[in-house]
Amino acid sequence: MLTKRIIPCLDIKDGVTVKGVQFEQMRNVGDPVELGAYYADEGADELVFLDISATDEKRKTFAALVKRIAQHINIPFTVGGGISSVADVHVLLNAGADKVSINTAAIKNPSLLQSIANSFGNQCVVLAIDTKVVNGDWYVYANGGKVPTGIKTSDWVMQAVDMGVGELLITSIDNDGTKKGFAVELTRQISELTNIPVIASGGGGIAAHFADVFRDGHADAALAAGIFHNKELGIPELKQYLKDNDINIRL
Amino acid sequence: MKVVIVQYNAGNTCSVDFALQRIGIQAVISDNADEIRSADKVIFPGVGAAAPAMAYLADKNLVNVIKKLTQPVLGICLGMQLMCSWSEEGDTQCLGIFDQQVKRFAETAGKVPHMGWNNIYGLQSNLFKELEESTYMYYVHSYYAEKGAHTIATTNYGIEYSGALNKDNFYGVQFHPEKSAKDGQKILENFINL
Repeated sequence: MLTKRIIPCLDIKDGVTVKGVQFEQMRNVGDPVELGAYYADEGADELVFLDISATDEKRKTFAALVKRIAQHINIPFTVGGGISSVADVHVLLNAGADKVSINTAAIKNPSLLQSIANSFGNQCVVLAIDTKVVNGDWYVYANGGKVPTGIKTSDWVMQAVDMGVGELLITSIDNDGTKKGFAVELTRQISELTNIPVIASGGGGIAAHFADVFRDGHADAALAAGIFHNKELGIPELKQYLKDNDINIRL
Repeated sequence: MKVVIVQYNAGNTCSVDFALQRIGIQAVISDNADEIRSADKVIFPGVGAAAPAMAYLADKNLVNVIKKLTQPVLGICLGMQLMCSWSEEGDTQCLGIFDQQVKRFAETAGKVPHMGWNNIYGLQSNLFKELEESTYMYYVHSYYAEKGAHTIATTNYGIEYSGALNKDNFYGVQFHPEKSAKDGQKILENFINL
């Protein structure tokens, strides 16, 4: 049976791993390749590397890092951060990334998703959406969760699926960094809206939160960062907990 | 030991190359017929779409070269599908090494693409030496090869289909051993040691 996936996320700035709490205060937590290999050995199902420096000059540096990751890590990984063209995607996939995650550039130019899916297949296109509740409805935020777009999250999801996106990475800005649990209801709504995999992100603090978002949120995968980097929750213990709670997981 | 990775318009060539490097193999990546024929082991990778991949192979005159290889050949993902008889993806005539047809998952099977870790059962080949039944492998695909006489491992996603195939010197795996952690690495080692 297909298992639920646990995905540690590594935010990279100038080649070093950082974690944003509510996307603001940051602090270093290690070397990306070393940390990624550690998580792969611990049983992570996939990894996400987000380049948050993401200026044009840094792009080449990131591609070199992506190549180093691909050489050393034996599980699939997604890379993202400032990707805005088919050419950007080509460089990163060529360096060995399995998927690319697109966020703000797709909001500005939705057809970019279609161009990437047509060039490289929809399995490698992950649409990342940062979303927040405003007056009872979920809305899309751009630029690392800072800029409101006025677009309803459900509308954006439907449009993106039409464009050929292969997977959705949904981060609740309201939950991110709180460690009080994922946005379960949001995740369930989006999961029911589409027939593509949904990765829930933001708010995972304890193992029970992951069980909630898999069981009640119908998430296909769950992503977290700080709790793994700070060793508050180990991947082996998390996966054992999920297995013990009858959630299909790879041990 | 000379290992050649067949170069064509497939997406995961460098991932396969890196995985081989991790087990100490420096592979040659080539679409040259003589280079491929002279290999001890041939790996036929694949991420992409069936029709353009077959068109590329035809353009490089590689269709018969691959079909006539006598050393162990390992097709991965799309590479395995191209070794089947026909693919529903773009109504594509494939290499016909395996009798199976390749079909698209029904929407009722689950989310498509089938993406993530799933089990392999009924392991029947030296390719799986020292691996346990229902080991997890990493899959990303929307099309599958039906079960048949050449099936050496089964996977279940809505239906039971071929997780791996073998006929004579030709092997194919639907999953990505190069991305399937230590057990995937073991399959690559087993193939190299065939």
